[in-house]
Amino acid sequence: MNWNSWDEFWDMGGYAFFVWGSYGAVAVGMALELWLARHQRKAVLSALRLGREEAALAGELP
Amino acid sequence: MFWLQYAAPHRLYALAGRIYPLAFVLAIVLTLVGLYLGFWVAPADFQQGQAYRIIFIHVPASWMSMVIYVAMAFWAWLGLAFKTRVSGMMTQALAPTGALFCFLSLWTGALWGKPMWGAWWVWDARLTSELILLFLYLGYIALTRAIDDPRRADRAGAVVALVGVVNVPIIYFSVKWWNTLHQGASVSLTKSPSMAAVMLWAMLVMTLAFWAYALGMAFYRVRQTILEREHDAVWVGELKEIAP
Repeated sequence: MNWNSWDEFWDMGGYAFFVWGSYGAVAVGMALELWLARHQRKAVLSALRLGREEAALAGELP
Repeated sequence: MFWLQYAAPHRLYALAGRIYPLAFVLAIVLTLVGLYLGFWVAPADFQQGQAYRIIFIHVPASWMSMVIYVAMAFWAWLGLAFKTRVSGMMTQALAPTGALFCFLSLWTGALWGKPMWGAWWVWDARLTSELILLFLYLGYIALTRAIDDPRRADRAGAVVALVGVVNVPIIYFSVKWWNTLHQGASVSLTKSPSMAAVMLWAMLVMTLAFWAYALGMAFYRVRQTILEREHDAVWVGELKEIAP
């Protein structure tokens, strides 16, 4: 067993700032990328819906 | 050959829609296993104490930053050689994830370098060539976004991807070719790894997790590029996600 307590785990042998700063950056970076991609998908889909509604109003679509 | 059918955008759209959820589930499972091995099974390093645990994300992120760039160069070459429409879309879908891993490689490296070398950054060959890789990613993204015509954007981007790929072997061999502060490879194809088996396993599982994440992300993102470029196609109008 590496850790006798959660305090010891979070302390990382005194390297907490460096270890959690690394893992935290990876977690934040990935979360941000996922959020941006999700946002982009919503934007593309709503733009497509809008485009088709306009085309339908103009009588270009059946 | 059966896989050639996926060169058609609507087929790739459907295939990507099936792959990305699987890839993300795989990424989550592998991350949990990798973190368990890395934090609970692998012991502290006899020289670096607990700080060495940064390796379980630093090395996978660095590897992925190179692998993704090579994958982009492959798609770029395919696009230039065979004029396949989906090649440029795949190249563009990979770039942001590659840039993220490249940034994370530098970031985690700085946080590891400070306690071990006493410096956040040194201008040694390994670090400098990885920084150049980040600029290549950002240059590729900026260039392809700046050109409105998709085919011209793809072609210009493909040139950047193909020219820039010479930097990847430079990164890989930099620790051999030059005297660097950065340590040499602990894992290589030619000799047995110079690290404990359980540490190696944790690193490999985390690498697979990052692979799965990158695949999921690229296939998720390529679907939007397909929709944007094929917005007038009949099949797009028939998608249930478009229906009002």
